Amino acid sequence: MSAVPLEAVVIGASAGAMEALSALLPALPQNFRLPVFVVVHLPPDRKSLFAEIFQAKCRVPVREAEDKEPIRAGTVYFAPPNYHLLIETGRSIALSSDEPVLYSRPAIDVLFESAADAYGPALAGIILSGANEDGARGLKAVAAAGGVTMIQRPDEAQAPDMPLAALAACPQAHILPVAGIAAFLQAL
Amino acid sequence: MSELGAAALEDIEIRLLLEALYLRYHYDFRHYAPASLKRRLRLARDQLGFKTISALQEGLLHEPDMLPVLLGYLTVQVSEMFRDPSYFKAIRETVVPHLRTYPSLKLWIAGCSDGEELYSFVILFREEGLEERTLFYATDINQEALARAQAGVFSLERMQLFTENHRKSGGKSSLSDYYSAAYGRASFDKSLRERVVFADHSLVTDAVFAEMHMISCRNVLIYFDRELQDRAVGLFKDSLARKGFLGLGAKENLRFSRHAGAFSDFVREEKIYQRRAE
Ligand SMILES: C[S@@+](CC[C@H](N)C(=O)[O-])C[C@H]1O[C@@H](n2cnc3c(N)ncnc32)[C@H](O)[C@@H]1O
Repeated sequence: MSAVPLEAVVIGASAGAMEALSALLPALPQNFRLPVFVVVHLPPDRKSLFAEIFQAKCRVPVREAEDKEPIRAGTVYFAPPNYHLLIETGRSIALSSDEPVLYSRPAIDVLFESAADAYGPALAGIILSGANEDGARGLKAVAAAGGVTMIQRPDEAQAPDMPLAALAACPQAHILPVAGIAAFLQAL
Repeated sequence: MSELGAAALEDIEIRLLLEALYLRYHYDFRHYAPASLKRRLRLARDQLGFKTISALQEGLLHEPDMLPVLLGYLTVQVSEMFRDPSYFKAIRETVVPHLRTYPSLKLWIAGCSDGEELYSFVILFREEGLEERTLFYATDINQEALARAQAGVFSLERMQLFTENHRKSGGKSSLSDYYSAAYGRASFDKSLRERVVFADHSLVTDAVFAEMHMISCRNVLIYFDRELQDRAVGLFKDSLARKGFLGLGAKENLRFSRHAGAFSDFVREEKIYQRRAE
């Protein structure tokens, strides 16, 4: 699907995230080599349980992203609540407390746009279930940089709005059930 | 000549703009964390109606009025009173008992934005009976933010969150004791500012100005690259008295800093450090 070998994966999810991610992240094989960055919309409390929950369920390391940390291969990073997650072109992680985007912090658009700048065509962007429009702009940026774009089938998603908005912004994206997206990642 | 990709071109434009900003106005953003800076420059370009970052740069060079507008984009003014209540609770419960042993105190809020963090500290110090012996320094590079901090007026809508945060921080009084509400605005009592010095001071280009017992610098270092973080932390190190305290934002730490050895963890989970005695 991509002209160059992929080097990173970004995922955005909101309402229905738990179910969709549970079908996707535990499917990653132990020797998966790409870093995976995930933004899930969350209430702005200090603590999120996503990283902990998926640590127990996954065969790859899962952690909450920290500011300025170097990116490790084969690791899943969750954005911490109340911070945007960005990728620097020098391939390190950055957090910011900029204004929420579309009422969300972390915002999927912010992650996807910065990752598209950092990885160009070597990036896969995935939009899963959600009930708003965040991620549509970001997925378009991934496509514009030549990356691979995938959207969970709206009729399969618990909340179809986010996949539908992403599809409207990025009609060339592949529409797949989560199982299909998992199979794509497994084959990398 | 080879084609240069749009992204590489934009990176050149950004570097040139930051250089222009420095040479013309002495604001140095050249070592801020690039991804967030790029995002905010694109936002400025689009919202101010420029086609390219180069066009924005030309405007900035020739129109001094554009400087505060652009600084509004480049500096992020997102804050809350008693932001992360557990931080203020830790200050109250574990730092204040140490501070009590000093007859006079200096506290520096670096990157104070519109004053939310400053007022939080003054109120906390008043509740703990330390206000009268303390001199507070509130500094920022954004002069419009400093002016708002000096005015102490916030939208009334925000008081619900601030009140809740204050309560969770172990507040011993009611936040509403400190402001008067009118026309949708909350004006904080001027007595809270009596012991405050407001100053335009940059952690990038300015020097030490007094010896402090505590420095709170939250959600500012996160916008710097590592080199610049080292500079700022070095400044804190040189400004703090022996055994003085340094508080950072929830997602900031000294782990990667060149000066980490000069500090010990004081309340680890809250990013509160203590200057070693040496
Ligand atoms: C996100 S706000 C943090 C406000 C408050 N400390 C808090 O944590 O809620 C960041 C502040 O840092 C200021 N700032 C940015 N660069 C600075 C510098 N070089 N020196 C001092 N302040 C700076 C900005 O103008 C802004 O007011």
